[in-house]
Amino acid sequence: MKGILKIAFKLLVNDKGKFAALLMGITFAVFLMVMMTSIFSGVLRSASSVVINIGAKIWVMDPAVTTVANSIPMPEFVEDAVRSIDGVKFAVPLFSGSATLRLTNGAYQAVSILGLDDTSLLGRPELMEGNIDDIFAENGFLVIKDSEINKLNNPHIGTTFELNEHRGVIVGIAKVAANGLFGMPTLYTTYNRAIQYIPTARYTTSYVLVEPKSPEAVQHIKDEVKKLGYVAVTNEEFRDNISTYYKYKTGLGTNILIMTLISFIVGLSISGQTFYTFILENLDKFGALKAIGAKSRELIIMIVFQAGFTALTGYGLGVGLCTLMIGLAKMRLPNYASVVTFGNLGIAFIMVLIIAIFSSLIGVRKVLKIEPFDVFRG
Amino acid sequence: MTKTAISAHQLVKWFGEGEARTHAVKAASFEANFGEIFYLVGPSGSGKTTLLSMVSGILKPESGSVTIDETDIWTLSNDELADFRLNRIGFVFQDYHLFPRLTTLENVAIPLILKQRVWDDALQEALKYLEIVGLKDRAHLAPFKLSGGEQQRVAIARAIVSQPDILIFDEPTASLDGDTGKKIMSFINDEILNDHRCVLVVTHDSRIFEYADKIMKMEDGAVTAIEHKNEIK
Repeated sequence: MKGILKIAFKLLVNDKGKFAALLMGITFAVFLMVMMTSIFSGVLRSASSVVINIGAKIWVMDPAVTTVANSIPMPEFVEDAVRSIDGVKFAVPLFSGSATLRLTNGAYQAVSILGLDDTSLLGRPELMEGNIDDIFAENGFLVIKDSEINKLNNPHIGTTFELNEHRGVIVGIAKVAANGLFGMPTLYTTYNRAIQYIPTARYTTSYVLVEPKSPEAVQHIKDEVKKLGYVAVTNEEFRDNISTYYKYKTGLGTNILIMTLISFIVGLSISGQTFYTFILENLDKFGALKAIGAKSRELIIMIVFQAGFTALTGYGLGVGLCTLMIGLAKMRLPNYASVVTFGNLGIAFIMVLIIAIFSSLIGVRKVLKIEPFDVFRG
Repeated sequence: MTKTAISAHQLVKWFGEGEARTHAVKAASFEANFGEIFYLVGPSGSGKTTLLSMVSGILKPESGSVTIDETDIWTLSNDELADFRLNRIGFVFQDYHLFPRLTTLENVAIPLILKQRVWDDALQEALKYLEIVGLKDRAHLAPFKLSGGEQQRVAIARAIVSQPDILIFDEPTASLDGDTGKKIMSFINDEILNDHRCVLVVTHDSRIFEYADKIMKMEDGAVTAIEHKNEIK
């Protein structure tokens, strides 16, 4: 069998023009498919950045909340009620909102502000410069060093700004695991300062962050929170909910899906057509092989091998090219929202397999139909 | 005593249905022996290629039988028939049908590869047959870089590499000039034919009739005459 595969391999790769066209078609399709889905994954990750960065195990919120950014403030009793639920180790409030800063040069800049529980500072970012205790100092704020920080005129420790007629001072520069989606700089401060500096409606608690005593307690906490008229979701569930929202309730998911399908169709068309031409050009040779004594299954194996080899090589090249492009982009744009996940690779792999199966089928169908007698007849 | 290599009995073949039906071969019978070069001759459309295809096990007849060395080939299953062709029959097609993307040597080795021989062994064996046809020095060239006569010899090497006892030549001199055609037939007669091999040739090239042991003439799908060597004009 190895010999037959070697013949199939040589027939394929020695036809350099066709092989290059096949590879280019599949590589391009895989590149587009992985790129599209990676951008989407990156956007979803960015949309969940606060959930990732804060890292709390359970989030309590209003049932109408769809994303972190559109939190619906809850009354303070919710925090106390959650604390009293059996199985809760601790529960703390989180403020999540946005505001407009007036910088020292007089320019205004929109920012995201997260107010951490004053006692525990649960969800605090990793400091690169400064001292975490300084967040308790008068007007203290931490700024996240990401690609948006320049919008604050490259602040450093001691930089001041004005926030709703309150003075703010940068006391630390920090980094986080995931960057935000909306292109705004992010500031962290204490919960009490946040609700003092940023005018809100009657209620002030955006989320209650919960640490369960054990994994078994999670379901009980969810049930009890539900009785209060709110929902408790795990970190993963919150990220899934956000992801579902962007996938199905905005045009984003549909557009990415359409682009991915177009990439798939382009790849399918190019490789299917080229492979079909390749088979047509060699059809008389396959007929001759049949006449000599090749069995139908051996010819099928040859064709499936050729289609499979091309598809997998194209897949590897496409993924490599995509990774290279994303890597290069991230060197220039640290916040570039594109993440290659195993899920993306799996989707592209399945689509490449479909391309290979489709190409094989049209080739096999043609080769099985050729009669050795046709070779004699010319 | 000569042994019968091929016995074709009352072979019938038609193509199409209803009014479009064409009777390609009408109850054709013949016998060819080992050690013989047997010609099937006739004008275009006389049914000689159809008959050759039925005899070589690649076109099923409507009725009749083909016995090769005591095996009724049309009682075999598809896979058995493919194996039979691979082991017992060598084909040289009119257009040679060599793979342009393989080297000459690899083309010759194809039947051995199909017989599951290890790649390197198959190439080594194929090289011996290229030497027999005088093309050892062309082993690593692509077939399209060879002349028509050389390609014909490569096709012959491919046909004999698995040592079949029946060799089928379809218009072997059709695309060759007179001298090269005669050289090829002379080579087949002197080097390829032996007492354990039967060579069937479909041709309408009268310049090579001198190499035939028997000539079977066909017209409109029917056998009109079978002439032996001493009767050939």
